[in-house]
Amino acid sequence: MKSPFGNLFTLFERFDSWVDRVRRGGFAIYGLIFTVGVVLFILGLFAYITFAGLPRLNMGFFTGYASRLPEQAGILPAFLGTLWVMGLVLLISFPVGVAAGIYLELYQKPGRWSRLLEVNITNLAGIPSVIYGLLGLQFFVREMALGESILAASLTLCLLILPLVIVSTRESLRMVPAGITEAAYALGATRWQAIWFHVLPLSFPGIVSGALLGVSRAIGEASPLLVLGAVAFVPFSPGSVFDFFTVLPVQIFFWATKPQAAFLVNASAAILVLLVLTLLLNLIAMRLRERWHKRIEA
Amino acid sequence: MYKIETNDLNFFYGNNQVLHRVSLGIEPRTVTALIGPSGCGKSTFLRVLNRMNELVPNARHDGRVLIDNKDIYDPSVDLYDLRKRVGMVFQKPNPFPKSIFENVAFGLRIKGVTHRKFIQEKVERTLRQVFLWEEVKDNLHKSALILSGGQQQRLCIARALAVEPSILLMDEPASSLDPISTAKLEELVYELKQSYTIVIVTHNMQQASRTSDKTAFLYKGTLVEYSDTTTFFTNPSNESTQNYITGRFEQPG
Repeated sequence: MKSPFGNLFTLFERFDSWVDRVRRGGFAIYGLIFTVGVVLFILGLFAYITFAGLPRLNMGFFTGYASRLPEQAGILPAFLGTLWVMGLVLLISFPVGVAAGIYLELYQKPGRWSRLLEVNITNLAGIPSVIYGLLGLQFFVREMALGESILAASLTLCLLILPLVIVSTRESLRMVPAGITEAAYALGATRWQAIWFHVLPLSFPGIVSGALLGVSRAIGEASPLLVLGAVAFVPFSPGSVFDFFTVLPVQIFFWATKPQAAFLVNASAAILVLLVLTLLLNLIAMRLRERWHKRIEA
Repeated sequence: MYKIETNDLNFFYGNNQVLHRVSLGIEPRTVTALIGPSGCGKSTFLRVLNRMNELVPNARHDGRVLIDNKDIYDPSVDLYDLRKRVGMVFQKPNPFPKSIFENVAFGLRIKGVTHRKFIQEKVERTLRQVFLWEEVKDNLHKSALILSGGQQQRLCIARALAVEPSILLMDEPASSLDPISTAKLEELVYELKQSYTIVIVTHNMQQASRTSDKTAFLYKGTLVEYSDTTTFFTNPSNESTQNYITGRFEQPG
């Protein structure tokens, strides 16, 4: 139908689409500038650290203990400490986080209680990590009398990454097609059978990769462990979970705060080691995620 | 005696009533087709029969649903046992992303069957029952997802049959299949009728007339007409049935 406003409308439409195009184009350029900027900045930092630290990466650096002399100081206790903490964090946070994720996603009925839980978990993810350190100090180190040990540190870091693990577990569980669970139920499977035989195997790689990402976040944390009592000067390799410890980020922090320039070189080298560790974990997590996507979509 | 019987079945999702006083009896070893426009309650009715509706929050019903003369909503009825007796095939083939063998064996495993020989024989027998054995016997341990849509749907039927139900519910089982697979599936339904009571939801009038003994027409949750398929399609007693099967039907706005 022809209306007297017909021409006016088309004019408006044309103007609208023109504005749209400019707007979209503008955003694209903005986005590009900032993305490239950020990437370049990070690459720059990385290049600087590599340049500063790479020459220091020799066998002695990996096998050395703490020392007053920067040339003799090494990262062995910190490296081993990091591995210990990583292992323990994974060992503890995985079963707890996955169980919590399964409960929240598959068992809990929607209601006020569930909303309360959900809001709390999301908020926990936003709490500064140093607060977790204080909590760990009071609860694990003092109340539970674990001392300033690897175990206390691991438990604290577990608390820190649990929200992450829980959320990523729930996401993985949610990705399992409803048709699969429905089919299991229709065959007379109980909820647990459907979860155990179908939902978990399908979501497992996703869950593991979420946990690995959590761990890779945990091993980069220095502040909660500083509060908790990680020490700079550990003259021995940790032998049990109750030993004193230091970890790479803490070691880096102590070296970086020393006045001698040579310790800064050590810090750079240690940063490189930590970066490689984290990247490795992320890479594994990514590969798992890819495989899992293929499995779910096939 | 009826195999399945509903008396004054009302069904609600929250405050939305989906079925209105549906009363219908289904005889054993027959195929009953449920037809009607989208949203008329066909699938809901189907899912009342194996209590799959209980997975939906806020779903409730009143009236009685009897299978083998026993109220399936009675508290003494074991839900998981009921679902083993009332198999279901879905609109979209949904095999488990596992091997062909494991798909069929799953029902047995959750029944607690561990005897390997028994499981193997059962898997072969059910796959033969759905005319799939010859096509997959060399690939039993490959993923079920390599099969074509039609094969997958027959696998899903085999999966349901392996737990030895006496009733088979089919929710538009051919809607995502090509004509040849559909023809095979209809042939299969005809064969299965010898031993199972089948209720099939379909959008396809020809399919209903080809496969079923009785046809029920649901409209806005009310059972409009229910009669022998021949009578239903040649001489319907209700005017809106007449209009629906001849395609002169106004879809609800």
